[in-house]
Amino acid sequence: MTELIVGTKKGLFVLNGKADGSFEVSARAFAGEPVDYATRDPRSGRVLAATSSPIYGPKLWYTEDPAGEWMQAAGVELPEDAGAALERLWVITPAESEDCLLAGGDPGVLFESEDAGASWRVNEALWKHPTRSSWQPGGGGLCLHSIAPWPGNADRLAVAVSAAGVWLTEDRGRTWRQGNNGLVARYLPEDAQVGVTALCVHHMERSPQRPERLFMQFHGGVYRSDDAGETWSDIGNGLPSDFGFPLTIDPADPDRAYVIPLRADTDRVTPDGRVRVYETTDAGTSWSALAEGLPQTDAYLTVLRQAFDSTGAAEALELYFGATSGELFGSRDAGASWFTAASRLPPIYSLAASR
Amino acid sequence: MALVRVRGQLRQLADGCAEHELEGAIVVELLRQLERDHPAVAGWILDERGQIRRHINVFVNGERGEESTPVGPDDRVDVLPAISGG
Repeated sequence: MTELIVGTKKGLFVLNGKADGSFEVSARAFAGEPVDYATRDPRSGRVLAATSSPIYGPKLWYTEDPAGEWMQAAGVELPEDAGAALERLWVITPAESEDCLLAGGDPGVLFESEDAGASWRVNEALWKHPTRSSWQPGGGGLCLHSIAPWPGNADRLAVAVSAAGVWLTEDRGRTWRQGNNGLVARYLPEDAQVGVTALCVHHMERSPQRPERLFMQFHGGVYRSDDAGETWSDIGNGLPSDFGFPLTIDPADPDRAYVIPLRADTDRVTPDGRVRVYETTDAGTSWSALAEGLPQTDAYLTVLRQAFDSTGAAEALELYFGATSGELFGSRDAGASWFTAASRLPPIYSLAASR
Repeated sequence: MALVRVRGQLRQLADGCAEHELEGAIVVELLRQLERDHPAVAGWILDERGQIRRHINVFVNGERGEESTPVGPDDRVDVLPAISGG
């Protein structure tokens, strides 16, 4: 049975697939609070959620039962001498070591947990990186939103920050270096694009089958790296817009990825009032529109960077995405056809699918 | 000792207690004492910098206060979430 954990402007919703193919809300938590990200750690079964009360600030929570009691995680804060406060958490990702989790937040901070999410500490090396003064917040803040562990190798990790580009470590986070060669910041003057750190990555995913391959949705451009994030090639040709936020992949096929283009730059809605997911099966050489079952008239949706996820693999790949309209769409055939899984949720901020 | 009053979610975090008699010469000292007495409150009123969160209002005897506002032993401090729409 497929489970969707959905973070919204008004709390967390857990949707479970039913035998007839429809979905129903099986749990709700944090009613009225923005839930920026939530996911289930498949190893422990624990559900983790990041909330950002406008009054009380960002918090990270965990539970064994989303309908039951939630515990507040400890240590989710910046160092006392930081001169800044944590604004928001953007992502929570299981790391390669047992019971280890990673979380990214604003302002460009990476947290690490070694006890399945109960307590956290800041990754000091990235926090104190000498280039930090040149990092610039994007429209959503200085958000560390993408964490790409290397399957089977806890030492290697890539993270992405908007707008501070890609950061790579090969020593479990003790040292970090940039991985931005080939990224072009078209939003900057041409003579300011060289060597810039202020690179607005929107989303990044690693292929578990071929870990040196990463896909990226950039702020104007879709990119692929075949050398673990050292260099990037633009693969956005053939898309109606190479602007967008979310991106997901087929874990079984390193050539297969999906994006949801949005009209650049200030509009940020589905182009031409049509909701289309674009698929590549050749690592970005070509793209195909997937639209069967999705709204094709007067549909101006915004899909945020964490609101697109997949579960399963290959022909049994399931895809799900939610929009700020509160609509949630799904596909059980790798995008060939789509259905509406929910239509009246609050604005959807994040979605995590599992089965 | 000054009287610090909290309500709603903050009261729950303070072990269900709405009124707290606390020692301190300025507002932030009272709030730090509240955190020591009730660790679950830590991070909810004051952020990592020791600043009152943007959307929390503190009143000392009915007048808006801030971190450094002096507090006397007979003063009353109310900690309230801001009322905002949207």
